[in-house]
Amino acid sequence: MQGLKDRLKELLTDGTVVRILGWKKGDMPYNPEPAIFNSAEELEDFVYDGFCGANLSKMMIEATKLEGKTAVCLKPCDTYSFNQLIREHRVNRDNAYIVAVGCRGKLDIEKIKKGTKGITAVSGTELDGSDEITVNTIYGDKTVAYTDALLDRCHVCKGKEHMISDEIWGESKDTADRERFEEIERIEAMSPEERFEFFKKELSKCIRCNACRNVCPACSCRKCIFDNTKFDAQQKANVVSFEERMFHIIRAFHVAGRCTDCGECSRVCPEGIPLHLFNRKFIKDIDKFYGEFQAGKDPEAQCPLTDFTFEDIEPGERG
Amino acid sequence: MYKIAIKDLDTLFSKIAAEQELILPLKKAGQYNFGVYEEGADTEGILVNKTVKSAKDAFFPQFETLYNVRKTITPADELANGEEASGTKIRTKLEVSMEDLKDKDFVVFGMRACDVKAVDVLDKVFLSDPVDNYYKARRDHGIIVALACHEPEESCFCTVFGIDPADPKADVATWVVGEDLYWKPLTDKGTALTEGVKDLFADADEQAIEEEKANIKAIMDKLPNTKLSLEGWGAGKTDEKFGSDVWAKLYNPCLGCGTCTFVCPTCQCYDIKDYTTKDGIERYRCWDSCMYSDFTLMAGGQNRTTQLQRFRQRFMHKLVYFPDRYDGMYSCVGCGRCVDKCPQSLNIVKVIKAFGKENKGGAV
Amino acid sequence: MCDCSSKDILVPQVGIITGITQETPDVKTFRVNAPNGGKLFEHMPGQCAMVCVPGVSEGMFSITSSPTNKEYQEFSIKKCGILTEQLHSLEVGDMVTVRGPYGNNFPVETEFKGKNLLFIAGGIGLAPLRSVINYCLDNRENYGRIDILYGSRSADDLVKLQEIQDVWMKAPNVNVYLTIDREQEGWDGHVGFVPTYLKEIGFKTDCIGIVCGPPIMIKFVLQGLKEMGFTDEQIYTTLELRMKCGIGKCGRCNIGSKFVCKDGPVFRFDQIDELPNEY
Repeated sequence: MQGLKDRLKELLTDGTVVRILGWKKGDMPYNPEPAIFNSAEELEDFVYDGFCGANLSKMMIEATKLEGKTAVCLKPCDTYSFNQLIREHRVNRDNAYIVAVGCRGKLDIEKIKKGTKGITAVSGTELDGSDEITVNTIYGDKTVAYTDALLDRCHVCKGKEHMISDEIWGESKDTADRERFEEIERIEAMSPEERFEFFKKELSKCIRCNACRNVCPACSCRKCIFDNTKFDAQQKANVVSFEERMFHIIRAFHVAGRCTDCGECSRVCPEGIPLHLFNRKFIKDIDKFYGEFQAGKDPEAQCPLTDFTFEDIEPGERG
Repeated sequence: MYKIAIKDLDTLFSKIAAEQELILPLKKAGQYNFGVYEEGADTEGILVNKTVKSAKDAFFPQFETLYNVRKTITPADELANGEEASGTKIRTKLEVSMEDLKDKDFVVFGMRACDVKAVDVLDKVFLSDPVDNYYKARRDHGIIVALACHEPEESCFCTVFGIDPADPKADVATWVVGEDLYWKPLTDKGTALTEGVKDLFADADEQAIEEEKANIKAIMDKLPNTKLSLEGWGAGKTDEKFGSDVWAKLYNPCLGCGTCTFVCPTCQCYDIKDYTTKDGIERYRCWDSCMYSDFTLMAGGQNRTTQLQRFRQRFMHKLVYFPDRYDGMYSCVGCGRCVDKCPQSLNIVKVIKAFGKENKGGAV
Repeated sequence: MCDCSSKDILVPQVGIITGITQETPDVKTFRVNAPNGGKLFEHMPGQCAMVCVPGVSEGMFSITSSPTNKEYQEFSIKKCGILTEQLHSLEVGDMVTVRGPYGNNFPVETEFKGKNLLFIAGGIGLAPLRSVINYCLDNRENYGRIDILYGSRSADDLVKLQEIQDVWMKAPNVNVYLTIDREQEGWDGHVGFVPTYLKEIGFKTDCIGIVCGPPIMIKFVLQGLKEMGFTDEQIYTTLELRMKCGIGKCGRCNIGSKFVCKDGPVFRFDQIDELPNEY
């Protein structure tokens, strides 16, 4: 990590960029936060380890509006989001300098915390760290295999390649060890009643905090329809039927074809709702109906949903 | 002082629930939240330290109907012969009917000392003049059975606010000691509840919980956030804190979502809105968040138009404005839920620490 | 009729609109009565009420009529948002729900008593002051000289012009100064912004200043008054922020340790100076 920190300092001092968007050391061993660094001195608090799951692409919408170039640290999967934002004219590529950082999968603190309380230190989570993480707690120490603590999204890793970069730092690893559509197929195999029960149970936990929407790189509308004060049924009221049937489903429709499957929605949900399932179902269907398509892979590629060909399927066909 | 084997708790719950509504931590789709006990409910998480949301819903639900309005429009051709009010023919008639207030007792089991203290914070707001009767009715009928924190976590910092996690102040306090739950009624309400379920209990020696209390204290001393200093916060600190440039360094990653406010046991801001129903309007109240961009938005565009201002408002409210208004009481109880749940890992502890560093002249 | 309105302060009463006056192209004054006649409640000058078109929205409006009016209450409302547009579409005979009165009031029975009063209003800012002015005129012996400086964008935008000419201008020891922003055919009165006119007239500092209008006007009027020698303790205004509960609980009109709906809307300028600058 020191190497990366030094390189970022260099980018600032040699004038390549005027600020860095990265992660800042947290006050606990596992809670770094996204941060903007304006000087080499501020970069002392920079950190890059297994807990830097946050996808910084969306923050580049505002950062690239600022005067001067911003360098941003993007992991392989984050680069899909960034490309998609270029495609949607949300970020200014000319004002961005992409430091493609290596990744060997990011960690889910909830998994580490399962059965573990009072964490005082976590070691071995750096990019060049070990296959086993050591967790020190006031109740005793334990070790966890790195792969056992991965975020769910990392088990269906899109690969170790960065889709866009100005320079690459560190080695990446493809951490996929599950079939990407395995979960979707399991749900498709359910009866409609079972499926409805499954989603009802999950979505009834929703507290309408909007974290999923606010973190989502595809949710970049200047003003979300659910924030529209012109009709008074917006936001906030977590009336069960609305949550279960409307908000998340409307959102999934709105990001269909643009969602890169970055998994941030599920990562940030305070209630652990597997929100990515909606989006991944759309991706699976798009693949099936229009041929394989990965949003954000190529910023020039036309999304099948915003394109028309005579071969397109007719309405009514189901995935 | 009584005790009951932890393995027999379901029998106790079932007995309590037979008499009144029982709210307790339940596991649903992998998460622990307070919910209404039903026979066969998943109480596996009953001793879990932290539910995702606090028990706030039991007294101040995220959504509640305040009243209904029935709307009747007189057709234009019937207006001449129609009903009058105050000497005027009624074109659109409105009739208001208030939602019934809670009128039955209920029990909340498993609240921690922090959540119990949070109810005191809510009381300051809702029971101060003019009293909120919807809230008061729930407070009058709610019986709180609190649980001492057997194994506090690293995100806990209740002691900073003078709360003792080993000694919750509720209607009944309980402790986990070995395989047993120790039970001690502290109020008349608690005694009355105890009378009804006493046959499930064995008498117990008060001495047994003294050791547990000492253990809890020792653990709290080891946790990283329990030494946090509140120096520089509290009543009268508005000028000092409001204008600080530290806020600008802190707020940036804030997503403007409502996670911190909705998992918080003390956040009490709300919105009042309408649903249009078949023959009228249902007017409801729901939690709101000062983090949301529309919270204060007016037709003219004011006020707190930036996320920096909104971020500052939340922490200033908890640590300065609230103490200013309510006898020095902070509107934070150190439950640490926001510490665990903020998507961007921002939280009140980081805010307090950042200002602490500034006080000492270090970099923020 | 429902007897539950006394059970919680958030539950409104039903009021019937018994009169509507089109004051200006975008301001209407609504006369509201209790269904059985008379007023919905008693209030003091400067206090507000939550007026609601169920199904649309609820908003805080100052009560424009004076407490000395024993027959009805009036709200002068400018069309500028969703709720106010809806209110403007209502007709006599339509009901609205009203709860209140909320907030504090102008200290007409204490600090104002026996004093000379200088009212300065711009546009719809006259609405909250009209309640005070009429209260003072109806208790004329309790107050000294009354000066009223009122300005608007144009002559058509002067609210309550009829009452100003027929009542206020004719009242004893009352001086009314009217002004409009730009020259206009048929207007032979003063032309110019309120703050400028204020300095031209040059009021003495032997009075209490009561200011209400758009934020920019308040800012310059305050500057002007200070140049003329007024102190912060001598000047009152009303603040307006987004409100939902009206009772200092829902949180949105919170500024520092104050809630504008409950601790305001009337503030003296030295009190405002103590608040964080977020209003």
